Amino acid sequence: MTAASSVDRLATVQSDLERQRIRTRWSLVAPAMIVIGIFGIVPLLIILVYSFLVAGGYGGVEWKFTTDAYVSFLFDRDIFDGTFKFVPDYLEIFWRSIWLALLTTIVCLVLGFPTAYFMATRPPSQRNYWVFLITLPFWTNLLIRTYAIMLIIRDEGLVNDAMRGIGLIDKPVHLLYTNFAIILGLLYSFLPFMVLPLYSSLEKLDFRLVEAGFDLYATRRKVLWRIIIPLAKPGIIAGCLLVFIPALGAYITPLILGGGSELMIGNLIALQFGTSRNWPFGSAQALILMAAVMLALIVYVRSSTERGRTAHG
Amino acid sequence: MAEQTITRPLTVDTVKRPRDPARQALDLKRQPGFGTVAMLCLAMLYAPIVILVVFSFNTSPSVTRWENFSLQWFFKVAANRDIHDAAFNSLQISIVATVVSTIIATAAALATTRTRPWPGQTAAYMVINLPLIVPEIITAVATLSFFALLASTAKINLGIGNLILAHSVFCIPFAYMPIRARLEDMDLTLEQAAADLYATPWQTFRRVTLPLLTPGVSSGAALAFIVSIDDFTITQMVAGPGQTTLPLYIWGQLHKTGVTPEVNAISTILLVVSILFVTLSFLIGRKRK
Repeated sequence: MTAASSVDRLATVQSDLERQRIRTRWSLVAPAMIVIGIFGIVPLLIILVYSFLVAGGYGGVEWKFTTDAYVSFLFDRDIFDGTFKFVPDYLEIFWRSIWLALLTTIVCLVLGFPTAYFMATRPPSQRNYWVFLITLPFWTNLLIRTYAIMLIIRDEGLVNDAMRGIGLIDKPVHLLYTNFAIILGLLYSFLPFMVLPLYSSLEKLDFRLVEAGFDLYATRRKVLWRIIIPLAKPGIIAGCLLVFIPALGAYITPLILGGGSELMIGNLIALQFGTSRNWPFGSAQALILMAAVMLALIVYVRSSTERGRTAHG
Repeated sequence: MAEQTITRPLTVDTVKRPRDPARQALDLKRQPGFGTVAMLCLAMLYAPIVILVVFSFNTSPSVTRWENFSLQWFFKVAANRDIHDAAFNSLQISIVATVVSTIIATAAALATTRTRPWPGQTAAYMVINLPLIVPEIITAVATLSFFALLASTAKINLGIGNLILAHSVFCIPFAYMPIRARLEDMDLTLEQAAADLYATPWQTFRRVTLPLLTPGVSSGAALAFIVSIDDFTITQMVAGPGQTTLPLYIWGQLHKTGVTPEVNAISTILLVVSILFVTLSFLIGRKRK
């Protein structure tokens, strides 16, 4: 036996082991891939196909190809002469949803940053409890939490009762079924999504840099704006994304607090699959929403890889 | 308090300048007003829940004017046949979905941790987390379309099985997260020792890995269970007639009769279940440290 042939043999054994290792890994993830593939990915492909079909009379679809679903998102076809007229109604709901989600994200950031900073500067033994307290509401039922908000802000609710009690107002102020109610509900639902990534990036903050700032006669304000906030940027971006995406696709919050008159994309989609019985149109709207989410994710990935590059360069 | 966490010996000023006691007394980390905002956020997160729970113990049928303490709404809930049926449906769906998703997530976590990267690992990771990225309303209408297509073309209708399958899918990433976290904290030495002692891979898994992994698995199962029992959006879209779960029942009541203390009472029960399970999951996860 020469040395060379035993090296060869070793190499074959190693590549066999490697192949076996990959096979074991794949067989372990296979159930997850199959279940999510069939019941998670295939349905998405189905609505992609549905969005190019004709609506059935009683829900469902007819198997005829058309791009009507996408066209009717922007235009209304005149039944008599077949001309298209621009209809901004659906676009307006999309635009409003984006605007509401953005506003929610900004308010979440303004409230979430101080909270996360405060948590990160507690003694280590207390931090875990803070994280637990902030996370706990997220795990409770969203429908119930939104209902609780409704109890407080409706005309006969606690806020109006209290304001009437101290003589601030004599007629109830309509808070429910307004944009304010939706933003409050979204803020309340998604605040933990902002606080947690901010906390995890602030917790790793090197406070020697803060000290150096003070040594160079920076004020507390300046240290915050010039040192702490720039260092927390990854957390800020992640938090904003984690709030913006679910807020954009919100369904329960506008359903309960918007009261059917103040719609968001989520409700519009549900409506097409419910009373409107226009599944292709609903599918098209769902895909447009999905595209918006993907766009936000791409922007995020871009910005995080760019950061990685500048950090190395 | 803050002095402990600042790494004093490494700072520039301790080397170059003599220590100034007045300077040391200053808390470098403090930002005025931040504590107040934190307390405000905490109050905002909990006040609505607390108010809802308090008014489920109210005597009067008003949900915002307090009269006296009573358990009557809970007795009403306990005697309501519709709620029994909804609770039974909810439990049936959640328990099966929890078991299915936890087993699948455990296998997936074993494959994606403690290993050199293997071809397809990133793709696998992305698929597992897909249910978290897609907005719930999209998953809801897509799943509805899927089962409708299945019913119309292949004449397959699994009844409540539809809901169980839909729930199992979105529970997988929630069960996966704590199991993966636990696995990443375990090193391979014990498994290697078992292999040295001629244990078969299955024996090693059954007698070494699984017992060590139990806290992660139970914590993942707890999260999967509450995510499933609390789900509204997907359930509402996919549920057929007679498949009312507790959140669907609550929504039905809100829609039909408006705000009643009975709704508060069921909500309180569901909140307590969720809080119990999350706390359990948190405590199990913490013990190892």
